[in-house]
Amino acid sequence: METGDWVRAGLRAVAGGVFAVGLAVLNAPILVLWLVGLVLAPVPGLGMIVFPVVTTVVRWRADLERRLAARSGVMIARPYRPVPDRFGLVGWRRLRWIVTDPATWRDFAWLIPGMIIGFGLGLLTVLVPLYGLVGVTLLPLWLYLGVDWFGYGVFWPIENLSQGWLSFPQGVLILAIGLAVAPSLQRVDALFARLFLAPTKAAELRLRVTQLTVTRADTVDAQAAELRRIERDLHDGAQARLVSLGMTIGLADELVERDPKAARKLLAEARDASSAALVELRHLVRGIHPPVLAERGLDGAIRALALSLPVDTEVESDVPGRLDTPVESAVYFAVAEALANVCRHSGAHNAWVSLHGVDDILFAMVRDDGHGGADPTHGTGLRGIERRLAAFDGTMTLSSPPGGPTIVTMELPCALSSPRTSPSSGTA
Amino acid sequence: MRVVIAEDLALLRDGLTRLLEAFDFEVVEAVDNGPALLPALIKHRPDVAVVDVRLPPTFTDEGLQAAISARTEVPGLPILVLSQHVEPLYARELLSDRAGGVGYLLKDRVSNVGQFVDAVRRVAAGGTAMDPEVVSQLLARREPLAVLTAREREVLGEMAEGRSNAAIAAKLFVTEKAVSKHINNIFTKLGMPPSDDDNRRVLAVLAYLNG
Repeated sequence: METGDWVRAGLRAVAGGVFAVGLAVLNAPILVLWLVGLVLAPVPGLGMIVFPVVTTVVRWRADLERRLAARSGVMIARPYRPVPDRFGLVGWRRLRWIVTDPATWRDFAWLIPGMIIGFGLGLLTVLVPLYGLVGVTLLPLWLYLGVDWFGYGVFWPIENLSQGWLSFPQGVLILAIGLAVAPSLQRVDALFARLFLAPTKAAELRLRVTQLTVTRADTVDAQAAELRRIERDLHDGAQARLVSLGMTIGLADELVERDPKAARKLLAEARDASSAALVELRHLVRGIHPPVLAERGLDGAIRALALSLPVDTEVESDVPGRLDTPVESAVYFAVAEALANVCRHSGAHNAWVSLHGVDDILFAMVRDDGHGGADPTHGTGLRGIERRLAAFDGTMTLSSPPGGPTIVTMELPCALSSPRTSPSSGTA
Repeated sequence: MRVVIAEDLALLRDGLTRLLEAFDFEVVEAVDNGPALLPALIKHRPDVAVVDVRLPPTFTDEGLQAAISARTEVPGLPILVLSQHVEPLYARELLSDRAGGVGYLLKDRVSNVGQFVDAVRRVAAGGTAMDPEVVSQLLARREPLAVLTAREREVLGEMAEGRSNAAIAAKLFVTEKAVSKHINNIFTKLGMPPSDDDNRRVLAVLAYLNG
């Protein structure tokens, strides 16, 4: 690590320490509040209002602690049971939901130890560098102010000027040590908080089930909608055209002897109709599963896509072999959507796509040199990408500061080591 | 003229055979899978081969791969590739040896029998036949083409599809002289070396567009 880096990390941790101390102090009134709420909980009418409210306060405090921990690199997931959506902010059912959630009690159990540890470690984080700072500024400041000497570091009290001078190197040393250990101290605080505030194994599984339920429902919905669209397209498009084609040919068959000229005209029409039907089918197929994806895999399909874009696009890939068909398809459509956005909105001249496989995780990145400012909440395209990827536990992040560049990053765990590795084959 | 056909769907394979035989081609072999194609091409050395991109057993792009390998073994072996969809990427791969005698068309084009047979003959003669859809995709993404007039872009598109001056003149209802004037302008504006040979000019245009 470079000097600048650890100094910056240290200063960040010291700032975190200041927060931690303030928040730890806050635990005391919150605890009192919560106890009052707990005592009042059995009181009819009042309890079901007060207790949910104070619990919200406790959870707000716990969430702050989780965010503080995330700053130190300790990720703590929210353990709470999902809010059943049938009831309001207060009330009997809500009370029951809170009381039966073990996370409520774990939060409560954390309030006092969390306060002590957070306060102690926070104070240490702040005071050590501060004491170092005192040493650095001691001599000039005191000479200027003309105050009496007492002591610093190993010299206590300071008896002469040379000992006074030595407070400076001591101060620098203590400051350096303080900054160096500050991140570790904050990390210890975060790890301690994790003991109480992270989901238990059971809660983790429950959260996972909830997430899987949501993504499965999304996937099924999306697929059903897709099938409906395909059915409609076939019904109104190619199917209808083939019916009319049959009629035209039948008519030509009738006319071929009586009026060969008209029959020829009808046959020419029939040929045009068959071409139009083929064009429609081709577009439809491309939307379902692009043929080039089946033929060349992800790498080749994205290269082919890049060639057909109006924006110069460079593709770089180190993904070995073929991925599972559903994964290939999801990543292809996600990248295609991102590139379509580049062409439609970014005003970019160049775009770059990179596909990397690292430790069973597939990373895909789409970058452009456009004017940035893309808003993920605007439009359904990016949301669609997220949904497609979520079915594979994949995630998407968008970075698009005004002025650019826009970078879309996609991450799919386990994309490269799927248990289903048998090559898929099909004649479609 | 001797032809090898590679197409896995029996209906289309028989249709192509019937169609080509109706126009005095001799179909020396019609294969229905990828592994049989390369040996057939090497063995018969046909005047032209009509090949489907996607063939059994893997149903990926073995038709295209076999075509490309055959052309490395027998340079300039005329091959017309057919597909349900066209990709500029595949066109680029087919054209990369710059030897001519290459065609790449949508299967739909077979329904216009006259034009299709014309394309087969052109490829057999060492010319080129590119699908209008490939050409329009290639034209769409080249910004320098903005210096061309609408008419010149039209001529460029026809040329990229593989047509000779005479054919372009007939299609656009202008004289051959007017066509060669447009072509001269195009080559000057895009900074390409002029050439009198139809086939070589088409290849130069495609190389430029693939740039």
